[in-house]
Amino acid sequence: MIAEIGHYALIMTVFVVLIQATLPLWGAKQGNAGLMALAKPAAQLQLLLVLVAFLALTYLFVTSDFSVAVVAQNSHSAKPMLYKVSGVWGNHEGSMLLWILILAIFGAGVATFGRNLPASLRARVLAVQAMIALGFLAFIVATSNPFERIIPPPLDGSGLNPLLQDPGLAFHPPFLYLGYVGFSMAFSFAVAALIEGRVDAAWARWVRPWTLAAWCNLTLGIALGSWWAYYELGWGGWWFWDPVENASFMPWLAGTALLHSAIVVEKRDALKSWTILLAIITFSLSLIGTFLVRSGVLTSVHAFATDPTRGVFILALLVIAIGGSLTLYALRGPALKATGTFAPISREGGLVLNNFLLSIVTATVFIGTLYPLFIDAIGAPKLSVGAPYFNATFWPFMVPLLAAAPMGAILAWKRGDLLGVLQRLWFAAGAALVVLLVVWYVKFGGPILAVFGMALATWLVVGALVELAERLKLFRIPLADSLHRARNLPRAAYGMTLAHAGVGIVVAGIVGSSAWQVEAIQIMHPGETAEVAGYQLTLEEVSEVQGPNYTSQQGTFLVSRAGSEVVRLYPEKRNYPVQRMPTTESGIHTTLFADLYTALGDRQTDGGWSVRIYYNPLVPWLWAGAIFMVIGGVVSLTDRRYRVGAPTRRRAVKALPTGSAPAGT
Amino acid sequence: MKPKKRRLVIILAGLSLFGLATGLVLAAFDEGVTYFYSPTDLVEKQVPQGRMLRIGGLVEEESLVRGEGLTVTFRVTDLAESVPVQYSGILPDLFREGQGVVAVGKLEQDGVFVASEVLAKHDENYMPPEAAEALKKAGQWTEGDGQ
Repeated sequence: MIAEIGHYALIMTVFVVLIQATLPLWGAKQGNAGLMALAKPAAQLQLLLVLVAFLALTYLFVTSDFSVAVVAQNSHSAKPMLYKVSGVWGNHEGSMLLWILILAIFGAGVATFGRNLPASLRARVLAVQAMIALGFLAFIVATSNPFERIIPPPLDGSGLNPLLQDPGLAFHPPFLYLGYVGFSMAFSFAVAALIEGRVDAAWARWVRPWTLAAWCNLTLGIALGSWWAYYELGWGGWWFWDPVENASFMPWLAGTALLHSAIVVEKRDALKSWTILLAIITFSLSLIGTFLVRSGVLTSVHAFATDPTRGVFILALLVIAIGGSLTLYALRGPALKATGTFAPISREGGLVLNNFLLSIVTATVFIGTLYPLFIDAIGAPKLSVGAPYFNATFWPFMVPLLAAAPMGAILAWKRGDLLGVLQRLWFAAGAALVVLLVVWYVKFGGPILAVFGMALATWLVVGALVELAERLKLFRIPLADSLHRARNLPRAAYGMTLAHAGVGIVVAGIVGSSAWQVEAIQIMHPGETAEVAGYQLTLEEVSEVQGPNYTSQQGTFLVSRAGSEVVRLYPEKRNYPVQRMPTTESGIHTTLFADLYTALGDRQTDGGWSVRIYYNPLVPWLWAGAIFMVIGGVVSLTDRRYRVGAPTRRRAVKALPTGSAPAGT
Repeated sequence: MKPKKRRLVIILAGLSLFGLATGLVLAAFDEGVTYFYSPTDLVEKQVPQGRMLRIGGLVEEESLVRGEGLTVTFRVTDLAESVPVQYSGILPDLFREGQGVVAVGKLEQDGVFVASEVLAKHDENYMPPEAAEALKKAGQWTEGDGQ
């Protein structure tokens, strides 16, 4: 019964979305206010119906209703509750339903809170949003109905893939999708603006928060996925330039460029046409990412079982969405006139450089990821593109971008003074030099590039702080005045400082973990001790442990340093009997500067175990840096500017305490 | 600076960056691309030695020797031919005899494939496309198997 309600709600949604995609668009063309106003209740009804469908599926998973095919294939009655819930999106059908749900949430958000948008723009945005929803709903209803029954129902389900039964991965897909789908807002606004033929500062003010929200979620989603790969796969690595990783990284790169170019549209009324194009590209890359992962065309360490007929459907959707929007852009884009002018050395110039470099990096990642598919499609010998390619094409453009970031942030709008900027950054340059010399002196046996990498990271972090200090005129005017300035500084400024510093911290993590990782793979018998990076690890025992739905071989490592005990680590080799599938759980000791990482391998015939021990310097900084970036984005989102012009009622939001902001208004 | 000249500067800068990117991409392809061979290819064709390549197929039944030290040996087969593979390290969780596998490494003089990376799969029903390809080439695969 519940399954039928869910299915029925989905089919109803198709009709609602059909209305939402057509009538308001027609109304906007004819200037018919009644038809335009239809978009709002339609978007809200769409959310309601999709929510019913999603809750129905969640109910089926929670109550373990194995008469529904998806539940039977992906759940099991003995599974912990968290994974019954996360099982809803741990499969193809459910994850597509989640996609639609998030799309509907964003659409209803614009409908409900978009009171100060021009009526025609709002109607068009919601209509475009509905077209995207229509494509994906058709996809779900035609090829991946989550509510299909099986007769007769099995006695018990076949369980969720044990690799997915993990807290990190339980929330990885929702955040990733919030990012992907969030960019659909930027896309809808871009297409609506093209139809409208007008882009102005107000438009950019509307697009930026949506893009920023999407970007924060995508950043968090990628970080969660990377963290999961790090501790769950047991390889000690966290990024493999794997196609599935690249699929989420490309929209992130393009989205980062979009965030920056939208600033120029908002503040300086320039780069309009480019920003529109970037919005289209960013969402297109999100669609391509979904296609790559869902169609199974890739050989990937992260690949899951897939159905090729679905790939063809998504490919068709891709062609319509990307082809259609780019055609519209070609027709209407040239009509967008920019009024703002600027010198090459200026804040705008810096942001243009940022966009150049990010676009090029996106393109090289795109080529490397898609080239094997292209080669395969034309029937040439199969090949794959590996990490050496990506490292060789990514960093030559990323390093200049990172080096320029602190300078760009200080440059004045319209016409800047590079020499003056460098003078103001002397402290950051000095700090970078000190770090360079210190790392050089200590060296850790790492390559010379790593020394400069650490200096670059310092430059970014200290540069971001110097920029903030400059704005506050810290140490140049009395402290009380600086504090006063701090209170009046827009939140977006703090957001930028946090995000740029976060990037610097991530860079330090990348450099540290790739240059100074220590690896020890060896056979150990209980009682034996291994020595890694100054730690002594004694394998005390390997014992059998019973989990809720698995059995486990759990190793106990006594970690000590200079004779005193530090910690005990418990890496596991789990076996899930329902799926007859083993998983590796690493045991990690995290300190401020490094991770000590242990994983169990094969049991040897003589009673020993093969073990992997890694000393991973600065890996915790990767996650910390990503969190800084996300917090920066969130702080920026609370900027008052995005609420200007909003009805007074919404001012009330401001009264709520915002703990994450360094200086609340 | 006149808007026209400004635009020219930006376009030129963009073009030179684009040129640089193209050059780098082409150079990096040389090093970063690994070709795929099926076990039959390895036996029948001239395979460059000392170059990174990928092989795919099934792990041959009763060929796996593990638990005798860090080096694991097994054979990869497309059911027509098979190649011995040597791997030092820890195998992925889902590595099993009779299952699809992709290995990255180099072919040594003695015909042994020394793998530096072994990819199995994330779930029970998944077959790496390259492993499927090897079986298809050897005529041992029909569409719909293993999905």
